[in-house]
Amino acid sequence: MTTETTSKKFNIDTVEHAEQTPEQPLPWAELGLKENEYDRVVEILGRRPTAAELAMYSVMWSEHCSYKSSKVHLRQFGDKVTEEMKEHLLVGIGENAGVVDIGDGWAVTFKVESHNHPSFVEPYQGAATGVGGIVRDIISMGARPVAVMDPLRFGAIDHPDTPRLVHGIVSGIGGYGNSLGLPNIGGEVVFDSVYQGNPLVNALAVGVLRHEDIRLANASGVGNKVVLFGARTGGDGIGGASVLASESFDDAKPSKRPAVQVGDPFAEKVLIECCLELFKNSIVEGIQDLGAAGISCATSELASNGDGGMHVELTNVLLRDPSLTPGEILMSESQERMMAVVTPENVAAFEAIMDKWNVEYSWLGEVTDTGRLIIEWDGEKIVDVDPRTVAHDGPVYERPYSRPVWLDGVQADSFSAEAPTDLRAAVLELMASPNMCSKDWITNQYDRYVQGNTALAMPDDAGVVRVDEETGLGIALSTDANGRYSYLNPYDGARLALAEAYRNVATSGAKPMAVTDCLNFGSPEDPEVMWQFAESVRGLADACQELGVPVTGGNVSLYNQTGGVAIHPTPVVGVLGVFDDVARRTPSGWREDGQAIYLLGTTRNELDGSEWANLRGHLGGQPPALDLDAEKTLAAILVNSSRDGMIDAAHDLSEGGLAAALSEAALRFGVGARIGIDELCERDGIDPFTALFSESQARAIVSVPRSEEVRFNDMCTARNFPRIRIGVVDAENDALDVQGHFTLPLAELKEAHEATLPKHFG
Amino acid sequence: MPRIVVDVMPKPEILDPQGKAIAGALPRLGFTGFAEVRQGKRFELTVEGDVTEEVLDHARNAAATLLSNPVIEDVTRVAVIEDAQ
Repeated sequence: MTTETTSKKFNIDTVEHAEQTPEQPLPWAELGLKENEYDRVVEILGRRPTAAELAMYSVMWSEHCSYKSSKVHLRQFGDKVTEEMKEHLLVGIGENAGVVDIGDGWAVTFKVESHNHPSFVEPYQGAATGVGGIVRDIISMGARPVAVMDPLRFGAIDHPDTPRLVHGIVSGIGGYGNSLGLPNIGGEVVFDSVYQGNPLVNALAVGVLRHEDIRLANASGVGNKVVLFGARTGGDGIGGASVLASESFDDAKPSKRPAVQVGDPFAEKVLIECCLELFKNSIVEGIQDLGAAGISCATSELASNGDGGMHVELTNVLLRDPSLTPGEILMSESQERMMAVVTPENVAAFEAIMDKWNVEYSWLGEVTDTGRLIIEWDGEKIVDVDPRTVAHDGPVYERPYSRPVWLDGVQADSFSAEAPTDLRAAVLELMASPNMCSKDWITNQYDRYVQGNTALAMPDDAGVVRVDEETGLGIALSTDANGRYSYLNPYDGARLALAEAYRNVATSGAKPMAVTDCLNFGSPEDPEVMWQFAESVRGLADACQELGVPVTGGNVSLYNQTGGVAIHPTPVVGVLGVFDDVARRTPSGWREDGQAIYLLGTTRNELDGSEWANLRGHLGGQPPALDLDAEKTLAAILVNSSRDGMIDAAHDLSEGGLAAALSEAALRFGVGARIGIDELCERDGIDPFTALFSESQARAIVSVPRSEEVRFNDMCTARNFPRIRIGVVDAENDALDVQGHFTLPLAELKEAHEATLPKHFG
Repeated sequence: MPRIVVDVMPKPEILDPQGKAIAGALPRLGFTGFAEVRQGKRFELTVEGDVTEEVLDHARNAAATLLSNPVIEDVTRVAVIEDAQ
């Protein structure tokens, strides 16, 4: 322990000192607080804050931790939840992650979060610690993490800075996730120049637990002990805290801060096992992971969610860097740390488990009923606050928002380029394009099948993981977003993102149950961005209500903006579905020769915002129309036909339309097909190009065994859902043959599809 | 041929998981008495011809931009060493 040597180095700004020196100037502006916010802190405390208190308020009232710009809109996710939607919800929004009942006493917790900015600064560590952070959220609910997913967005594929980000971020995710032994079962990769200075690195984790194992982040029981365990605290991720250097006598600091957070996946793996043993033996009363805002966040949230008070001696924190000041210790974002509340009777048992796993820990203090969070430094009081004011009563802004004036012009500019005459070349161009090309080069760097429970992973529509090895009970997950759709119409864009993720999960054969979201936007101080945000939240909340799937948690990432240019609004939506038995999952590719291929749904002329328009450099008009009733019926058909064995393959139609779906279904197992689209064109009143490239929603292709065709057709008729037989699986002929239009040998299609990423990054 | 040695260390305030793992292994294998381990890396650049100031500048440049990650690492030495033979 370094208590004696460290404590003497600082000219500690105690509460007493703060009372005596009301006029002492504090660097609140440098720490990111606005003047009105600082005044509010002074009003709450009835005096100026100490340096340590200022550090706590400044990080906890930051946009990232307090959701001060987004809160007023996010309430809709709670307000628009019906009783029916809550039926399977064991823990809703507000905890570290939501928990969903999947039957047989099993529950699942899942959440997606952003780590955008750190990943731009230091791609490898930023992405790695993004995975680490979301996994700790899952552990702190009492669950064993079982899989991760990573929706990624980069700048233009040929921009000189893109390889740095792609290489760093992909190896960071692989390096951390693979070391933890967690399969990476999917995600998305999108290239668009709007993300050049603001790549999006979102990380989703899912964990499994028994109902009785749910743990919440609260500190109850006066006299219970508060313990910090895991890695030591260093200068990681401290942003503006260096301006608090005035509290330090010692100028001989390590090199300039802020320091990048560095992850240690092997320490996290030990932490997972160690926490699960604590849960199994019911050793901890409450637990919280340390992420953004570190100890400030953990102490204030645990205290305000429990009996309201906590007493902590900060010199007990084990340090990696003994020169840290109290304010820095409170703000540090060092990884792989957890805080727990333990009854005095369980202290010895707790220590035994820590020793067994060789995890360092230190007892910081205890729970009180005073309603105050008191933090002392070597016995001197440096923080004395009501923890609610730090954790929950931060500023809330009704930011002004206004519909962008340019939007009418953009929406009026429909895609009108002439259809290409050479459809064969068009399909090849589409399937080789940065967004539609094979992502194998990336996903091959991740473990997808480790642990042996992965039933489906990229490139299938959803990732599928078995939960119960006896019964085959399992889950499916998909994440989706389309920034271009959201740019054209943020309300519909968010609804479309949900619809696609919902459809993907149903396509795999699972029943969609719950939603998590990661809302990536530009600056909330720009009224036009704020309008995009407000519309997106309204759209997502409405669509969740219509589809009957609740949002269980998520994350908001604002200020994804360089100069005056914001990213496209990018609401990433993750949908969780449930299988009674993953053995009946539906893969996305054809396998059996002679099976009939059906197209479900109606195709309209909807090319605005499409991948094809994107390839032609066009972005205008309105995104495809959405009919959530049709989505529900389609999902029901896909889930029922999977359960009753009526289909052998299914693939949803989204970006790239029918052309992409047919190509991917053929390439999945290298089995071709003979396709006829003339009848489809006649029925829907469209030309062959539109049939192949339109991105109309609520569509999927399925392959149906001969023996099941009658039953399948009867079911579609009973549900009054349009379907049309468009072809037959042809295992003899290794080609995608769109009769009367073109024949594409699978080898040629595969070559075009797989060459793009290695060409740029290989 | 002369060689230029470049030493790169993780910045002092940055977590060094490898160093930490080695620090954990030392006492297990009986090497006690070491308080901390930090692990860096060493590059040897063999030079064609003489090491002029210009060549050294090149090496410093490479050390700062390619051989080290300036966000999390420091270049602690760029020096010429005599050939062992």
